Amino acid sequence: MKTFLRHPITALLGVVLSAIVVACQPTQPVGSQSPTASPSPAVTTLPVAYPDRELSASPAQLPPLPYAANALNQAIDAQTMQIHHDRHHQTYVDNINDALKDQPNVQKLSVEAMLRDLNQVPEAIRQTVRNNAGGHLNHTIFWQIMAPNGGGQPTGAIAQEINQTFGSFEEFRKQFNAAGSDRFGSGWVWLVRNPQGQLQIVSTPNQDNPISDGSYPIMGNDVWEHAYYLRYQNQRAQYLNNWWNVVNWDEVNRRTQASQPR
Amino acid sequence: MAFTQPALPFPKDALASSGMKEETFEYHYGKHHAAYVANLNKMVEGTELENMPLEEVIHTSFGDSSKTGIFNNAAQVWNHTFFWNCLSPKGGGAPSGELAAKIDAAFGSFDKFKEEFSAAAATQFGSGWAWLVEDSGTLKVTKTPNAENPLVHGQKPLLTLDVWEHAYYLDFQNARPAFIKNFLDNLVNWDFVAQNLAS
Repeated sequence: MKTFLRHPITALLGVVLSAIVVACQPTQPVGSQSPTASPSPAVTTLPVAYPDRELSASPAQLPPLPYAANALNQAIDAQTMQIHHDRHHQTYVDNINDALKDQPNVQKLSVEAMLRDLNQVPEAIRQTVRNNAGGHLNHTIFWQIMAPNGGGQPTGAIAQEINQTFGSFEEFRKQFNAAGSDRFGSGWVWLVRNPQGQLQIVSTPNQDNPISDGSYPIMGNDVWEHAYYLRYQNQRAQYLNNWWNVVNWDEVNRRTQASQPR
Repeated sequence: MAFTQPALPFPKDALASSGMKEETFEYHYGKHHAAYVANLNKMVEGTELENMPLEEVIHTSFGDSSKTGIFNNAAQVWNHTFFWNCLSPKGGGAPSGELAAKIDAAFGSFDKFKEEFSAAAATQFGSGWAWLVEDSGTLKVTKTPNAENPLVHGQKPLLTLDVWEHAYYLDFQNARPAFIKNFLDNLVNWDFVAQNLAS
């Protein structure tokens, strides 16, 4: 995996800006600081499905698409959206409910909690939970971070942080698309906040979610062939390019905010 | 010597009436398989792998983290060529002779074999392949992720089904079980499978 690149000048600027931001924060009572300043374990305990709440598995439910199936036509056709949401996502939901039907103790956990520590899940259903709870969480995030009036340049805090970390939006997009192209087989490409608190591009196989590695997924694109095959066939690169036309930067900004250790 | 893509053993539209559209072959053979061949040639050009038999490239690169790309492309070249031969316009039905006897011995019956093979193909999560192999004289059903194949496990491949979504998405979309059933009912070239067993 290629990791993030830091442009030296913007990185310096970033440090200066952060210093100013920190200086403007109200003083924190000493007791509220985490005992160790370095890697912030808090990142891994934040809700991931939605910025303000975790995803229930008692029972798991298919969230409605937040827009019409044809609304993202600038990148994704209506038939693909319908099959992807109504059948693929539904199947992950059905499979997780089926796997947990005799497991009241596991059902009580959020999907995030299961994926953060799969050892809490009995071994006999661990792989099924990993695949299907992962599929449920990933797709729940995916529908939200796209919008009919999305696309264009990023705005707000994420725009600044992207520039600071990757040098420019163009450079970020290039690295994100390359990571999506390089994922062999089925999987996802993500922008995450890693356990060190930095933005990073990662890709995961199948339905694994970065939360299992202690990172917070801010935005992700699905590079399973089912996400693009009806319209783009073998041209994954074209799909990756067009996808930026529907990115919901408002939602990505909400997730950026939510990814900050508290 | 560059690696080449063998011709399809039937016309692209030959399976259209048995569940695989011509369009599927235009992409699956014409684009996906062709791209694996082109990528492999690019990656091995000027290296010692360039003149090796394909099987040797697969063995040499497997498990070598500096050669993941070479392995993926080499194995996918091999897997797809093998897969085309597993298909026939006159496919389906049941095996006969020694193959049929070995299937009965290993699985109990042909129907039991079909159940086991279908389950392997349906449960390979993500991209991959389902196989019938001969392993130390016994027939077994296996599944492999992404490009991996039985050669690297010392098994003799007899039959395969590609369960990457690109193999069935234009014909069956998300309905992988229907694709698997159609393969077993209408497409399997049992003569090729018998030849592999005898070889």
